[in-house]
Amino acid sequence: MNPVNYLYLAALLFTIGAAGVVIRRNAIVLFMCVELMLNACNLAFVTFSRLHGNLDGQIIAFFTMVVAAAEVVVGLAIIVTVFRSRHSASVDDASLMKL
Amino acid sequence: MSGALAAAASTTSTGEAVQFWVLGTVAVIGALCTILMRKAVHSALSLAGTMIVLAVFYLANGAYFLGVVQIVVYTGAIMMLFLFVVMLVGVTAADSLKETLKGQRWLAALCGLGFGILLCAGIGNASLKTFDGLGQANSGGNVEGLAALVFTKYVFAFEITGALLITAAVGAMVLTHRERTERARSQREQSEERVRTGKHVPPLPAPGVYARHNAVDIPGLLPDGTTSELSVNATLRGRGQVRDVSGEALAELAALEQRSERWLGRRKPEGTEAEGAGGAAGTSEDAEHRKGAAK
Repeated sequence: MNPVNYLYLAALLFTIGAAGVVIRRNAIVLFMCVELMLNACNLAFVTFSRLHGNLDGQIIAFFTMVVAAAEVVVGLAIIVTVFRSRHSASVDDASLMKL
Repeated sequence: MSGALAAAASTTSTGEAVQFWVLGTVAVIGALCTILMRKAVHSALSLAGTMIVLAVFYLANGAYFLGVVQIVVYTGAIMMLFLFVVMLVGVTAADSLKETLKGQRWLAALCGLGFGILLCAGIGNASLKTFDGLGQANSGGNVEGLAALVFTKYVFAFEITGALLITAAVGAMVLTHRERTERARSQREQSEERVRTGKHVPPLPAPGVYARHNAVDIPGLLPDGTTSELSVNATLRGRGQVRDVSGEALAELAALEQRSERWLGRRKPEGTEAEGAGGAAGTSEDAEHRKGAAK
């Protein structure tokens, strides 16, 4: 088996995550799909690191994890705030600017 | 992983191939469950499973530090944060399956399919026949190699990351903090206001009074047999978890009156016999009362 298969798996996971972002309407599940996409990118980075024989890819994946952690913290805080004011986690209900 | 010996290998070990195909299937199933499960808790658990599989893949790819960090940070911290928010927002809140835009799901699935084909075609076109392996890069230890890079080549990005994390922490606190706009009323002020308005000066009626059960979800009965809404906690009332036994109590009262009339001889014994025959065809509750009276 060639490690390129890891790249195909990463592409598949990224596609599933992207489709989930478009299909689902629960804001928490949307965030989970974004996390899935970030993880797929991490897998691709780690595989590239192995393909090229240097550790730069792993460093980028490490930074991606840090950014993902920060993103989740702020995003979930926003979801909790929206839920407090609108009593719903559905992204369809957060339509304050729409009449 | 014999990447340490061969400078440019083209295949991995058989064991890693087996591991890839088995765990890769698990990862894809977990990802599909994440987007297809109706309840957010099930999605979160599926995603946690996928992330653990990805951690194993990191370890197999020679990223030992990232594999451990993936489990500790992603499955340990981030997914538990997700579950915490799911509990906060409501576990029972399932996504509605009603489509607000007609045909959106199928179009989205179609777009996803096209996107996936594009990605795979791009990877397939790249010439990635051989790979170097991390044997040389990891020779001094994976963590040491990463540390050498983080603190030299990527030190500026590392510093920026610290600023980002602090900003995120402060942002989360600002977003979830609620400022109290007015002072909370003390207990004394509340009691004085109750007396002044003359509404419910004594405590609220207790639940279960004059009812058949002494439970907090059963409203107390007023002298006329109706239930008192005030005697049940407002939360239980809001959830609709109030059990009403006023009908049973009234039926029991009627049965008692009937029995006492019979005992006092105000009704003919033939009439009670006929009524008893009719009652046997009626409710079983009446029969129970009669049995109790016979005892």
